[in-house]
Amino acid sequence: MDLELMINSFPKLLSAAAITLKLLTVSLIIGLFIGLFFAILRINKNKLISKLAYGYSYVFRGTPLLVQIFIIYFGLGQIEYLRSTILWAILKEPYWCAIIAFALNTGAYTSEILRSAFQTIKPGIIEAGKSLGISNKVIFFKIQIPIAIRQSLPAYGNEIILMMKGTSLASTVTIMDLTGVAKYIISTTFKPIEVFIVAGGIYLLMTFIIHNVIKFLEKKYSY
Amino acid sequence: MEILAFGDTGWGDELFYATLMTIAVSITAMFIGFLFALIFTPLKLSKNKFLNFIANSYTTIIRGVPELLVIYLFFFGGTGAVMFVASIFGYNEYIEINAFITGAFAIGIISGAYSTEVFRGAIQSIDKGQFEAADVLGLNKFRKFFKIILPQTLRLAIPNLSNVWQITLKDTSLISVTGLVEIMRQSYIAAGSTRDPLFFYSFAAVLYLLLTFVSMKLINRLEVRYSRGY
Repeated sequence: MDLELMINSFPKLLSAAAITLKLLTVSLIIGLFIGLFFAILRINKNKLISKLAYGYSYVFRGTPLLVQIFIIYFGLGQIEYLRSTILWAILKEPYWCAIIAFALNTGAYTSEILRSAFQTIKPGIIEAGKSLGISNKVIFFKIQIPIAIRQSLPAYGNEIILMMKGTSLASTVTIMDLTGVAKYIISTTFKPIEVFIVAGGIYLLMTFIIHNVIKFLEKKYSY
Repeated sequence: MEILAFGDTGWGDELFYATLMTIAVSITAMFIGFLFALIFTPLKLSKNKFLNFIANSYTTIIRGVPELLVIYLFFFGGTGAVMFVASIFGYNEYIEINAFITGAFAIGIISGAYSTEVFRGAIQSIDKGQFEAADVLGLNKFRKFFKIILPQTLRLAIPNLSNVWQITLKDTSLISVTGLVEIMRQSYIAAGSTRDPLFFYSFAAVLYLLLTFVSMKLINRLEVRYSRGY
């Protein structure tokens, strides 16, 4: 056990963890909107629209995140047309490519979570809203969404933790996140176990915090 | 389509063998995962607090740490660990571990943590009366487990194990960082040599979709088989 290496690498890994958290929060926020959008499409009565939304979530849940990042980072740059548009300013940055891939990935899982939450809302609740003369829009935002959020909290908590682990793939496109820095230290010192303990410990701490925040929210919003 | 031709002119045969490799690694990893589940599920269900602690640490650590980090640990640490054990027995030459074994083992340990949770949940949701009935009938421990508990556990576990299989299958793409030529690695090589990453990574995505689709169909049939009588 090389304690000195563990102590020396701790601050480096900790500052890399900040990048991991940044990647995580940005992609979760974008992913939540994507997920909500596709969940609404999924419960649409139009078969074609709901099939399209299902196709999106099927493709992104059925393929590895690594493939998705590589398609966006290495693949999209190949399209000449894209290079001439303003989008290229975003797509040439590995950071944004990773975030796009993460957001689309988590969006697919989030849309499934939200869809099942919408579908478990008892029709009676919506009917009650209608009979009180509340408009459809208000029913959706004031009745369906709050209930759906409460319903989907446990599953969404798991998704946040899975996504946090997913951000480690950013290191494959040259981003120095927690895993990227850990790999760099391992490959320069050849002390995998020590680095794994420190980096893994930081990840576990983040998992622990997320887990407890979700548990707290579940309690707060339980009825 | 020329680019996917079999033989020297295209990448068809390479990608075909890479797909077989992905399937082989996934199945091996899933199997190793079952072995781990076989050890850790009883520890989780044990009344001994210390054994509980060991099993809980295993599942918590593995499920809370990124797969890629675990793979790096095995990739960089595996050789050292094996050479250390070998040196105890007096063997001091350099030992190179096969990428397949390292990869399957790393993914297997991850898959095992998920399988353990699935089996624990399934066994816990079996009615207590089933255990008692088996005891009352005087079945020995072995027969009680294999004839009464296991069949019911499987019925409850298969839908969740199918999720574990999906996770395992997708996780194998990460082994490409260790150089094992599976779908992802082969696509990387092909993309590099043809300068057509968009096509090859999209094709890799299609291959993975195909694998998940076919395996879901097969697992559904298994589910039907084990739900007979319900």
